[in-house]
Amino acid sequence: MDYSQFLAMKQEIGLLVVFLLVFLYDTFMPRGAQKGLPVVSSVLMLLLTVAGCLNCCLGQTTDVVAFGGMYETSAVVAAIKNILNIGVVIVLIQSIKWANGEFMIMRRGEFYELLLVTLFGMYLMISARHFLVFVIGLECASLPLAAMVAFDKNRYESHEAAVKYILTAVFSSAIFMMGLSFVYGVAGSLYFENIYGAIYGTHPTLLVMALAFVIAGVGFKLSLVPFHLWTADVYQGAPTSVTSYLSVISKGATAFAFLVILAQVFGSLYSQVWEWMLYALIILTITIGNLFAIRQRNMKRFLAFSSISQAGYIMLGVIAYNTLGMAAMMFYILVYIFSNLGAFGVIGAIENATGKVSMDDYRGLYKTNPRLSFTMMLAMFSLAGIPPFAGFFSKFFIFTGALQGGSVAIYVLVLIALINTIVSLYYYLLVVKAMFISEEECTIGHFRSAFSERLGMWIALFGIIFLGLLSPVYDSLINMTSISSFSMYFIQ
Amino acid sequence: MELKAIYYLIPSLIMFCCGLYGFITRKNMIAMLISLELMLNSVDMNFVIFNRFLFPGQMEGMMFTLFAIAIAAAETALAIAIIINVFRSVKNVDVRELNHMKF
Repeated sequence: MDYSQFLAMKQEIGLLVVFLLVFLYDTFMPRGAQKGLPVVSSVLMLLLTVAGCLNCCLGQTTDVVAFGGMYETSAVVAAIKNILNIGVVIVLIQSIKWANGEFMIMRRGEFYELLLVTLFGMYLMISARHFLVFVIGLECASLPLAAMVAFDKNRYESHEAAVKYILTAVFSSAIFMMGLSFVYGVAGSLYFENIYGAIYGTHPTLLVMALAFVIAGVGFKLSLVPFHLWTADVYQGAPTSVTSYLSVISKGATAFAFLVILAQVFGSLYSQVWEWMLYALIILTITIGNLFAIRQRNMKRFLAFSSISQAGYIMLGVIAYNTLGMAAMMFYILVYIFSNLGAFGVIGAIENATGKVSMDDYRGLYKTNPRLSFTMMLAMFSLAGIPPFAGFFSKFFIFTGALQGGSVAIYVLVLIALINTIVSLYYYLLVVKAMFISEEECTIGHFRSAFSERLGMWIALFGIIFLGLLSPVYDSLINMTSISSFSMYFIQ
Repeated sequence: MELKAIYYLIPSLIMFCCGLYGFITRKNMIAMLISLELMLNSVDMNFVIFNRFLFPGQMEGMMFTLFAIAIAAAETALAIAIIINVFRSVKNVDVRELNHMKF
């Protein structure tokens, strides 16, 4: 065997090094130095992100296929991994205060180790070009998350959320693997390339069923609507740092991997089969996510339903099935990471200081904590898609990408999505109204949030304000996708 | 009598459906976990059957099965640990008791 193939996995090796350093620090440093672990892991992750981004910007990434075609990396794959890295850095910075709390003393290390392992699983999922590697990545990304959801051992909700998460996760992977066994029966191989070749031009009934199973299995992880029921409970019960990780990083990685599977494995079935499956899922996801978000009073639950409807918008980039849609989807994930982490940063800061997560407690927040309210307002504006902020541009690009198809059905789909944007404006502004317009005395007194929390919110705010105006980001994504190996699968 | 692939596939599918039915109807979390195991095992059987009867020249399905068994074991261990945590907190493993968060 040629061991130099491992050098193709630069980002994975970098992440493993970070993981090992964090592990060694956690195991061997004296008790006094343990308090530095959150800062150390944030800095290490930041270094990895900066190295990855520099590598990407200097054009050092090359298309490599390793391990007999099981693993592939290219500029696009490296870019999406860097986007995830940026999100993880913000999550780690925001969780520093929580991780240094009284309750976390004994289990601080585990949080960081599990988090890095799930990120490694997501890397594998994105780079996999063989279903065995993909399944291992998927499980590696979802199983440790169950342990992270159950982290707050003293809170009952955390246990309930963990049970709901692990049972649905195992159920969905059983469904997914059943679909894979049908694919294997039809195509006789698990390599993406070989399956694509074997099923080209045919679609036997077994294959259609297999595709339905696969979409259902991945739909569970992405919380598309008929499979979304675990989302709100898990987001509410999990510790806030874990919720923010679950809602942006896990969702972004799965969405990209979903696009890879649908294009590289089932690409030839696009117009006959999965375009219509996805069509129905998107309409259901956006509409039901929005309608349920209106009646939520708990902020974490509210953001859970908002993230369900955002997943529907992300899927618009998949149904577009062209290079523009892919670039728009990656940009949407990047913007969504910044906007959602801005909102979760505020929620986490208020929860750490006062323990309150209800929307009713946020009434009149402007009078006691003007800066936090301002951050929250910008995050909500960006999530809703109000013009000067990044959220508007990401929604605009993803609609443009979807409209490239040009069929009447797609126009109807985008129209429904647009109407839903207006509905979403209502509930995002409910939060802003509670904070700014409500006359009542606020139950949350004035407090000064920790430096790490403020730093996390500053980074998120920077992304929200400038990402839409920095056109080079989106331009370079378009350039990358149009010359990538994905483009040959798409309709031109 | 010659044994065809279908004689193995039908029991495997029945096993999958039993698991699905059990997962939806059972109220005890351990029983739900057993149902999930049934589903995962039927997936493994499917892979082995397809490999043995349709593509006997290669080992890809068998390899997938080996890894799937290991993954299923990890899943079960984690689920049992979480269920033990729940039992410590509510003295019960009935899913109907876990209804504090709804809608």
